[in-house]
Amino acid sequence: MYVAVKGGERAIDNAHAWLAEARRGDVSVPELSVPQIREQMTLAVNRVMAEGSLHDPDLAALAIKQARGDLIEAIFLIRAYRTTLPRFGASEPLDTGAMAVSRRVSATFKDAPGGQVLGPTFDYTHRLIDFSLAAEAQANPQAETAEAPPPPRTPHIAEFLDAEGLLQPEREDAGAGAPPDLTRQPLAFPATRALRLQALARADEGFTLSLAYSTQRGYGRNHPFVGELRVGVVAVEAEIPELGFAVEIGDIELTECETVNQFAGSKTEPPQFTRGYGLTLGHCERKAISMALVDRAMRWQELGEDFAGAPAQDEEFVLSHCDNIQATGFLEHIKLPHYVDFQAELELIRTLRREAAAGPDPVKEAAE
Amino acid sequence: MTPQDTEYNFAYLDEQTKRMIRRALLKAVAIPGYQVPFASREMPMPYGWGTGGVQVTAATLTPEDTLKVIDQGADDTTNAVSIRKFFQKVAGISVTEKTAEATVIQTRHRIPERDLEAGQILVYQVPIPEPLRFLEPRETETRKMHALAEYGLMHVKLYEDIARHGHIATAYAYPVLVEGRFVMDPSPIPKFDNPKLSNSPALQLFGAGREQRIHAIPPFTRVVSLDFEDHPFERGGADADCAICAASGVYLDEVIVDDAGGRMFVCSDTDHCRERLEAGHRGPMGAPAEGEAA
Repeated sequence: MYVAVKGGERAIDNAHAWLAEARRGDVSVPELSVPQIREQMTLAVNRVMAEGSLHDPDLAALAIKQARGDLIEAIFLIRAYRTTLPRFGASEPLDTGAMAVSRRVSATFKDAPGGQVLGPTFDYTHRLIDFSLAAEAQANPQAETAEAPPPPRTPHIAEFLDAEGLLQPEREDAGAGAPPDLTRQPLAFPATRALRLQALARADEGFTLSLAYSTQRGYGRNHPFVGELRVGVVAVEAEIPELGFAVEIGDIELTECETVNQFAGSKTEPPQFTRGYGLTLGHCERKAISMALVDRAMRWQELGEDFAGAPAQDEEFVLSHCDNIQATGFLEHIKLPHYVDFQAELELIRTLRREAAAGPDPVKEAAE
Repeated sequence: MTPQDTEYNFAYLDEQTKRMIRRALLKAVAIPGYQVPFASREMPMPYGWGTGGVQVTAATLTPEDTLKVIDQGADDTTNAVSIRKFFQKVAGISVTEKTAEATVIQTRHRIPERDLEAGQILVYQVPIPEPLRFLEPRETETRKMHALAEYGLMHVKLYEDIARHGHIATAYAYPVLVEGRFVMDPSPIPKFDNPKLSNSPALQLFGAGREQRIHAIPPFTRVVSLDFEDHPFERGGADADCAICAASGVYLDEVIVDDAGGRMFVCSDTDHCRERLEAGHRGPMGAPAEGEAA
């Protein structure tokens, strides 16, 4: 017997109640606190802040808790919240040279002013499961601290190449004028480099990583070296109109990556090194490096390179598909009922099959 | 005015955002069928789940409005319930399932069977607003094609369908020409609904959130489904009557009733079906209607 399609409202309420129960899991296990997530799932919190485009570790940690650890869902929560916040203004450009670095490595120079600082990295760990971590209430791990205070400025590696004229200077017009705001203006093509970088900064880490990887494997190859990767805390300054000068409003952690890319020259440019740039909120190395490679790949036009047809070179392809909130929403919407459309297709397919079985008349008719 | 949740501005969006959307809506109404870019916001529901429609509805609603939300023609489908509850919560407006009583109707994939009236607004949720998208994936190209009214590619596609299948093989989101100028995607409504787009006394607004586009069909606008003289547009639709209310000439959903190939057809528009039941119409499966007030 036909069951009417009623009861959606109750079904939704029940589903939400079940979700809350599933989120809590086994109640004999203590509940996670937001500070625990913020302090011990830091890299997840950082990714949520970076792709959510909002620097708020507590809120990001709460979003992760609410999302049951689904980071894209957590990013979505942050984005939906962010969009309701008022815009007071834009900060002064951040001075990453004055970053208090916790990590700073260069793959192009063995040593440079400021030195190599490994910082808290997985890089040289052996990826063996550490079963000792399964035991709780261990002694608090403590690393040694350097005696000398960190230098007030850590110069960018690129500056050394710049001074010798080997590195293509960043164009003035690239950053001129008020920065565009992707969240307040519809995306239009061609996009400026500032807009592309803005989109990449909030782009899905996995998508950006795979695109960057594709350039390394030959789809728009651009020979990157990590000129410098730095992670650390930077002061944010904003000009207060009433005061007429900029004041510091807080500190944020950033990851910055500048790649130095081989470039044999083109019709318009002499041989020189070129750069790709990546910057993210929080400690997100993989994302920052990937971003720099993709940024460089999309600069083919400006540098007079050939368009090799590679996905990473194609700004319309990259920018239209890099946002995981857009992507996941559209992908998952196919779970919604489509029976009206499906019914229309069903009728069409039945008609076509009936006519195909009856004979080839319509084909002849159209082809004459 | 009914009480509303004070944490949010009326209808969720801030007034500046609503103003931006209203400007896009005015432009869309002024250029029927043209896709107006707008700075779509991240909404508290996923892209692809009606964020464009929700933003258009939010920018359109006044506290006096009565809202109806349908998905697949039905008021009680889960996403329609979710969107209706959202506006009850953030706008405190009254809601209805009756097409006749609604001033604003947000819809996904259907146009109500009942003729709309002057003063009513029909808001469509749109996944891909660009009718040329699957012929040319680049926005930079399709915008040029619209600017030049260069629609040859679309006609070739329709011709090739006929050459290959004997029919235009598009069953929903069937392209239309609006007021003789812009080719428009009417959103994935079944082509059965296409004739209702034309010359409607109601205002029809289309919102695509993820794609950041709004388009519109003002009241009494000529909307023609693309076809050829020797292969005129066919409306389609199931060759059956509603099993519950015996309606004919309406769009029907096919429902599988057992595992032996048994099936029945029922109205896709649940409000229309209810109205007919209340008027005493009965199909073979129609139960008496008492206590069944929607």
